[in-house]
Amino acid sequence: MWDLRLPAGLFFTGLGLVLCFLGLFTHPSRTLLSGVNVNLYSGLGMLVFGGIMLWMAKRAS
Amino acid sequence: MILAPVDYLILAFYFLFVIGIGWLLKKKVSTADQFLTSGRSLPVWITSLAFVATNLGAQELIGMIASGAKYGIMTAHFYWVGAIPAMIFVGVFMMPFYYGSRARSVPEYLKLRFDEKTRTFNALTFAVMTIFSSGISMYALGRLFELMLGWSFTHSVLLSAAIVLCYTYLGGLTSAIYNEVLQFFLIVLGFVPLSVLAVMKAGGWHGIQARLAPAMTHSWEHMAHASENPMGIEIFGMVAGLGFVLSFGYWCTNFLVVQRAMAANSMSAARRTPLIAAFPKMFMPFIVIIPGIAAVALASMASSGYHLPMKNGVPDYDQVLNTLMLSFYPSGMLGVGLTALMASFMSGMAGNVTAFNTVWTYDIYQTHIRPNAPDSHYLTVGRISTIGGTLLSIGTAYLAQLYNNIMDLLQLVFGFVNAPLFATFLLGMFWTGATGHGAFIGLVSGTAAAALTHGLTMAEGKGGWLANLHTFPSTMAQNFWIAIFAWTTCFVVTILVSLATKPKALGELKNLVWGATARPKDDARNWTEKPVMLAIVVSVITIVLNIWFR
Repeated sequence: MWDLRLPAGLFFTGLGLVLCFLGLFTHPSRTLLSGVNVNLYSGLGMLVFGGIMLWMAKRAS
Repeated sequence: MILAPVDYLILAFYFLFVIGIGWLLKKKVSTADQFLTSGRSLPVWITSLAFVATNLGAQELIGMIASGAKYGIMTAHFYWVGAIPAMIFVGVFMMPFYYGSRARSVPEYLKLRFDEKTRTFNALTFAVMTIFSSGISMYALGRLFELMLGWSFTHSVLLSAAIVLCYTYLGGLTSAIYNEVLQFFLIVLGFVPLSVLAVMKAGGWHGIQARLAPAMTHSWEHMAHASENPMGIEIFGMVAGLGFVLSFGYWCTNFLVVQRAMAANSMSAARRTPLIAAFPKMFMPFIVIIPGIAAVALASMASSGYHLPMKNGVPDYDQVLNTLMLSFYPSGMLGVGLTALMASFMSGMAGNVTAFNTVWTYDIYQTHIRPNAPDSHYLTVGRISTIGGTLLSIGTAYLAQLYNNIMDLLQLVFGFVNAPLFATFLLGMFWTGATGHGAFIGLVSGTAAAALTHGLTMAEGKGGWLANLHTFPSTMAQNFWIAIFAWTTCFVVTILVSLATKPKALGELKNLVWGATARPKDDARNWTEKPVMLAIVVSVITIVLNIWFR
């Protein structure tokens, strides 16, 4: 059957890029309870995940 | 809540992908079988994640965080005592009969094993239940988005329904399953940060334990009496009601999840689906329950700046998730969290719609309305019933206005329908002497017993519409006991009636019952491909988790 890893990889890589961009170049507009740069870390995590998915899709084809 | 444009962008990006996946799968769906059952072609990693994701709907995310805030870590029993043992059981013991019988749905298995009337009773009750579940998903979505974003209830309901309808109409079950897997990843990646942040802020698990009543952070130690814990239940009621009847009733007989395993590409894959699914499922409490407990701890800290959402002077637990998101997520991640919530609603809804259209087309339409039509006709019927099911769900969404904790309502509905059903399957799959008359009368009696128990007892002001013979300390306790009575009634009645009626010959029961089925062939290459080995590993980890959080 058609491989899901490709669209999943693309989706999370895209999301990861957007979040990392926000994490690096913007500041939260509301006051948040935690000072951690949530966008940056989550974005990096998603980039890694998306990357793994894409790599697995490439390996399988 | 103020959403930044980027949050809307993320949501739109997600909608594009799910519809795109549906569109790309459209070409691969040319027969009714492919549309409704995926033609048994999916790899095990996809069926396992879909198995877990289809159950991870609205009720799970919002309801579990709400239950975590209200009842504490005892809520984890739904997973570690409820879901996991049931998933192990269905994978190791029941899947050989589901998959080996070549039935296209759970009701169809009942027809092969018993008779037409048993199948029809199950098909009708199941069809009603999926519409109900789907409608509740939509209702929860509509209400949430109304509160969070100020979107009108109607717009949110219609938008989510339209998108799900789009991809399920185009790509059928396969599209629903692929999107469920995507939704699973999104839910995990979208909510793990929230869990981590909330727990860190509350001082870690030890910090939380120090701030809350002991019953909130221990799952087993305060269960000797119903009055000791906020759930109002004691060990027997919980283990038998939830751990055995309700959860086995759900995971072992509900076509919604079983359908995902039946779509696997081999018997081994079908058996391993619930077992592999058990791995992420075991750890879901860390994402869906712990944040709720952390929220209560945060609210008790004067310095945290977090307060529990209130409604009419009492805490509104259903809003804990979105208040947590607002408190910890900046724009960007907030959009992801929102999209993950949307995704969880959609996977719940899509799962119900795809189960409904299969049961409608094969078990009701093909059986009673128009048998022996060409395959293309059933494909059309499948597509039309997808639309019909969605419309009915929308209608149900407008009706679901009464309960403040969604979990309680769902447990009630499942208790009425699933609990007796599990007794029927247990006897049907493991006793060659169970007969069609026994099964049917047992099912009807069990369902009646459930209704009767609800009518004769009260809990938190609900039930007792016939008389009030007993009051339970909580609706959850009442639900567990309704399930126990329903199951026992069905079990006993089925046995008695079966002994008095003629069973099918062994030849007719091939691949349907223990004792008339060859053992599944073992073509495993290593331990990860052996269902029993996986089951043992899952059990050990679950027991460790239970002990750790006792």
